[in-house]
Amino acid sequence: MQFGIFTVGDVTPDPTNGTTPSEHDRIKAMVRIAQKVEEVGLDVFAMGEHHNPPFVPSSPTTMLGYIAARTEKLLLSTATTLITTNDPVKIAEDYAMLQHLADGRVDLMMGRGNTGPVYPWFGQDIRNGIALAIENYSLLHKLWREDVVDWKGRFRTPLQSFTATPRPLDGVPPFVWHGSIRSPEIAEQAAFYGDGFFANHIFWPKEHTQRMIGLYRERYAHYGHGTAEQAIVGLGGQVFMRKNSQDAVREFRPYFDEAPVYGHGPSLEDFTRETPLTVGSPQQVIDRTLGFRDYVGDYQRQLFLMDHAGLPLKTVLEQLDLLGEEVVPVLRKEFEVNRPADVPDAPTHESLVAASKVSA
Amino acid sequence: MSERTLAVVTGGLRQPSSSRLLADKLAAAAGDELTRLGVTPKIEVIELRDHAHEITDNLLTGFAGAAFAKVVETVAGADGLVAVSPIFTASYSGLFKSFVDVLPDGSLAGKPVLIGATGGTARHSLALDHALRPLFAYTRSIVIPTGVFAAPEDWGGDEEGGRLDKRVSRAAAELAAEVARRDPATVEDPFALKTSFEDLLAGE
Repeated sequence: MQFGIFTVGDVTPDPTNGTTPSEHDRIKAMVRIAQKVEEVGLDVFAMGEHHNPPFVPSSPTTMLGYIAARTEKLLLSTATTLITTNDPVKIAEDYAMLQHLADGRVDLMMGRGNTGPVYPWFGQDIRNGIALAIENYSLLHKLWREDVVDWKGRFRTPLQSFTATPRPLDGVPPFVWHGSIRSPEIAEQAAFYGDGFFANHIFWPKEHTQRMIGLYRERYAHYGHGTAEQAIVGLGGQVFMRKNSQDAVREFRPYFDEAPVYGHGPSLEDFTRETPLTVGSPQQVIDRTLGFRDYVGDYQRQLFLMDHAGLPLKTVLEQLDLLGEEVVPVLRKEFEVNRPADVPDAPTHESLVAASKVSA
Repeated sequence: MSERTLAVVTGGLRQPSSSRLLADKLAAAAGDELTRLGVTPKIEVIELRDHAHEITDNLLTGFAGAAFAKVVETVAGADGLVAVSPIFTASYSGLFKSFVDVLPDGSLAGKPVLIGATGGTARHSLALDHALRPLFAYTRSIVIPTGVFAAPEDWGGDEEGGRLDKRVSRAAAELAAEVARRDPATVEDPFALKTSFEDLLAGE
């Protein structure tokens, strides 16, 4: 099983002292966090893509390419890549280039983006969100698998005799996850292609995650990619830890109360009960996280959100130490217990290359 | 005998609340009328004041907490709705509107709705037709023709009170007739796929 971090890259004032990092500070902090993820023995660093303040990561492959050069084993991913407003041709080329530079340590998570104005800024309309996600991904899928593409669709200028360059490393496209909170069409899309499905699992009650994963697993089997239990599932999660759980609650509360997404709404206690957020000791985080399997089945990837809502870099790095030293080693061991042998790991470049040689 | 559920939503803030009094009158009359039509009424009363924090939380987080989700389900799954708001500053109250705002899209579509309102003077009574009726028209519900406004004097003398009861009876009969002649309400599963993937790929 893979463990890692996903970041949205928000620039948020620290509510405890009012200081706001500069964009430069925040960008450098994201790089430092990615390096730390590798140092503490986690597997994946995934970053968001946004085209509006207060977010900095508009250019994920630039940042991931830089991180690739400063890490050895870390798997680089996105959370999410905007499949709606990006040109699928540029996604095909940018991520194939990144895949070469990172020696295959790359996968992607597709998402639609939910900020209305971003669509018109890129010449699109949010009401076409699902249709864009379906058409653009269908083209991207083709561009990575067919050397010469003739294509015509609704949203992009047609292509005649087009070859996306560079070709994917070893002729094997990066593995793709599709992320969605509540659109069954996206679970269906992931199942259709035999791709992975990722549930945000942060802002919404677990029942939503359970329904979406259940639908994805059922349709994955329907399309003949394997059994429902073999579908490739990833989950988000949000934790804040201190050795003593009361310290965790006391320290996190001001960040929670002012957080951009849920601040000034439910209490920390309500939100902890209603969503997968866990604020407490490392043992509490272990117990809660192991419980995810009870409602989604054995899964392949667990990403945590750690560096948001104005938390200072120093605190985030301490959280990563706790995660790497005390939490993830136990999770790795415990998630293996009773895991059926035929439930696969998440695909990696190596496993996909091996599979392509078998099928060739 | 078949059964139909009436959800009764009242936005009154005070205890006792005149909006609640009006809602109870409307619900009781509609229930009696359903019984007369051979339908067993099941009445579920929702006082929005009890859910004020949950409604705000839902606005901010985008989801209904577990307890509040049951309230939303009750309204979405009801066969008919009695909706009563106090009139504040020329319109329905903010809390009442916020509740309608957090109901999932389409959850009132095709549902018979009886609108009621209360206010400090009868001069607010047109708010029923200028504010509540268009609000529920937007939700594609079937707003029954008679709306009922209760001013302070309606709770007083026999003559005025008798007039309120007449309006209540007429509105309740209209609601009951609309509810009784329909099949039981069904709730759409938001996680159900409505289009095949082949059709999605084909741009349909």
